[in-house]
Amino acid sequence: MASAPGPDPPGDSSEDERPKWDNKLQYLLSCVGFAVGLGNIWRFPYLCQSHGGGAFLIPYLIALAFEGIPLFHIELAIGQRLRRGSVGVWKAISPYLGGVGLGCFTASFLISLYYNTVLTWVLWYLLNSFQHPLPWSTCPLNLNQTGFVEECQGSSSVSYFWYRQTLNITADIDYSGSIQWRLLVCLAACWAVLYLCVIRGIESTGKVIYFTALFPYLVLTIFLIRGLTLPGATEGLIYLFTPNMQTLQSPRVWLDAATQIFFSLSLAFGGHIALASYNPPRNDCEKDAVTIALINSMTSLYASIAVFSVLGFKAANDYGHCLDRNILSLTNEFDFPDQSISRDEYAAVLTHLNATQPERLAGLHLESCRLQDFLDKSASGTGLAFIVFTEAILHMPGAPAWAVLFFSMLFTLGLSSMFGNIEGVITPLLDMGVLPRWVPKEILTGTVCLLCFLVATCFTLQSGNYWLEVFDKYAASLNLIIFAFFEVIGVVYVYGMERFCDDIEWMTGRRPGLYWRVTWKVISPLLLLTIFVAYIIYQVWTALSMAENSQYKQFPSRQEKSYPGWVQAICGLLSFLPALLVPGVAMAQLPIWRRRKQKRGGQPDMENRPREPMASPGPKDRPSSREE
Amino acid sequence: MWWLLFFLVTAIRAELCQPDAENAFKVRLSIRTALGDKAVSGEPAKEYRINKVVFLWSVKISPNRRGILISHVLLCNITQRVSFWFVVTDPTKNYTLPADEIQSAIRMNRNRINSAFSLNDQTLEFLKIPSTLAPPTDPSVPIWIIIFGVVFCIVIVAITLLVLSGIRQRRRKNKEPSEVDDTEDKSENTITIENGIPCDPLDTKGWHINDTFMTEDERLTPL
Repeated sequence: MASAPGPDPPGDSSEDERPKWDNKLQYLLSCVGFAVGLGNIWRFPYLCQSHGGGAFLIPYLIALAFEGIPLFHIELAIGQRLRRGSVGVWKAISPYLGGVGLGCFTASFLISLYYNTVLTWVLWYLLNSFQHPLPWSTCPLNLNQTGFVEECQGSSSVSYFWYRQTLNITADIDYSGSIQWRLLVCLAACWAVLYLCVIRGIESTGKVIYFTALFPYLVLTIFLIRGLTLPGATEGLIYLFTPNMQTLQSPRVWLDAATQIFFSLSLAFGGHIALASYNPPRNDCEKDAVTIALINSMTSLYASIAVFSVLGFKAANDYGHCLDRNILSLTNEFDFPDQSISRDEYAAVLTHLNATQPERLAGLHLESCRLQDFLDKSASGTGLAFIVFTEAILHMPGAPAWAVLFFSMLFTLGLSSMFGNIEGVITPLLDMGVLPRWVPKEILTGTVCLLCFLVATCFTLQSGNYWLEVFDKYAASLNLIIFAFFEVIGVVYVYGMERFCDDIEWMTGRRPGLYWRVTWKVISPLLLLTIFVAYIIYQVWTALSMAENSQYKQFPSRQEKSYPGWVQAICGLLSFLPALLVPGVAMAQLPIWRRRKQKRGGQPDMENRPREPMASPGPKDRPSSREE
Repeated sequence: MWWLLFFLVTAIRAELCQPDAENAFKVRLSIRTALGDKAVSGEPAKEYRINKVVFLWSVKISPNRRGILISHVLLCNITQRVSFWFVVTDPTKNYTLPADEIQSAIRMNRNRINSAFSLNDQTLEFLKIPSTLAPPTDPSVPIWIIIFGVVFCIVIVAITLLVLSGIRQRRRKNKEPSEVDDTEDKSENTITIENGIPCDPLDTKGWHINDTFMTEDERLTPL
């Protein structure tokens, strides 16, 4: 690959040692792996179905075009140009923006903690899939072996396995309970696997990414083929994609589309900046940005087809069982011969009985069976993966094989996203020189993984799931929008639009066109501001709530409960502390800047005047010479 | 034919066997579900044989009950569903045997009764008699622990190997003469600085690449 030669900066020989991607495919796969994660599987299909099916694609594609791709291009460009992780890049653009980098770093760290815990659960299910029958297919027996455990009887064997045998969840976030040793060992295994993959930074992840990024596509294809051949799949797909234009009138839909694009592309994590910083400086980042963003969205669509064909099958299956139960009640009560009523005849028989013996019929308390109700019982997040989908798999012939495939797909999806998260943590640490030069990289990555593992053990408590939801909702949402906003503003207005365009022209050979300029300058910042305000309004409007309790038989609906005060305080801290780093660092820079100005005593400020882009801006042109 | 005969015989003791009578149990058969297409209309014969078996087992378990014959087991209220009520009377045919004895006898021998007719707990139901469910066969060591152990050992071994190879690589690198590197660095690091602004001469490294003559391929990185 052609790399721009340039004289080394004085005393900075790390440029030679900066790791490089072995080839461009590794870089693309790493970015795709980072962007394509669990959210593509269990968040997008749910949003698509609950926000008007095919109609949701309209706000989604608009958000992609005006928010996702422009921001993504900025991240890749500055990472590639300035060749530093998130902390170094923002310090380089302006010392006052150093807080953005630190904030991204903190956000990446917090997200790594809980994201790997989700992988722990996936690993636990994966390990339990290698048996027939699957452990979540039957309830355990009660003490005198005459029936099943009452808790299980009330909900379902799948819910029981998730809430009791996996999480052993307490009634409330207040009761921490004890550490679940099964989850603890799985957590240790997950962090060990992650350490094994990131032990030498991109040198090691670059080898593993071929598998972890491509394997999920293989499994998705298999599931797609299998799903489309299952009975009931077409009902599921029709239900998913039937457009309902009315939903577009609700602002909630637009907000969800914008946030989904944002988090789906993993923007403002600092991970893409880190991954791009290992690129050669002359690389077409514009084409990369558009390609990766489109691949991410295509994957979401592809996955939703696979998921909803299986969910349609499940709904049809449940509907059939509902009918069978009602038919059995009828035959037992009215003494019809065994199996004399087929599913098709059921409706006719029911109306006949309703006309002739309504009292006896009413006494039976038959459940109403409607296919629509079963299709509506969709879920997102862990509910989809660990309850709804696992139940659907139970009904497929060869269930253990499908379970193994499904959970290994989830594991590799999550693992490749974790690579990006961890790179967003490790690369800034390496650039900042936290550990002395002679300390090998393996020790740094090992320390980070060990530290994360120790902190994440709090998620293996019985109340861990509640804490994970707190982290998911508050640590990762508002902060990232703030950082993304400052990213765009910082690059366009502080670094300078013209300078940035010149850099891109140098890197890619083309000057950014009108579309890029307009979105960067006006549309994306406005969109981000709107999302931020809408988000706050929405959060305030729905008070902090949602705690799971033991009545999970009503799954997927949950009992609304508000968090206790101390938990709300933690939610607030998580939401705002990383964001406070931005003004915090900016204000901390003020006395330093003033001191420097006084020291120079009237001489023109060489460092702060706007610099013209040089003909061949080599690495030495980086303002990092200003770094303390 | 048999059916009618039975009715005649049991009609005499009809008052002892009635739906919801004391010590009476309801039995429900789902033969078509159990046999599928192979079901033939042999329900009356089945009832008779179930009768016999119930009687046999109840005798076996209650050894103090002697002299109970098949005619002591009374059926009534036979429906098209194929469900019926039965009671077991004592030899004098005056009163019915207590429900607990019948219940425990049937519970003990449920498996044998089921297998005698190739039915199971769902297709041959004794209402009000809860069946003992078979616990799932759990292996002594859960499977997930075995697989976890294997995976974890592989991961630890791989980490150890990588760390060791990294240490070896570093030792090899340190052994190379470092003076050569230093001189190279020194020559590359001299940069003229004027007024605090580093000058940027056209490339000072070895064979030069003139930036102004960049060819099209060199601008963009091939895949």
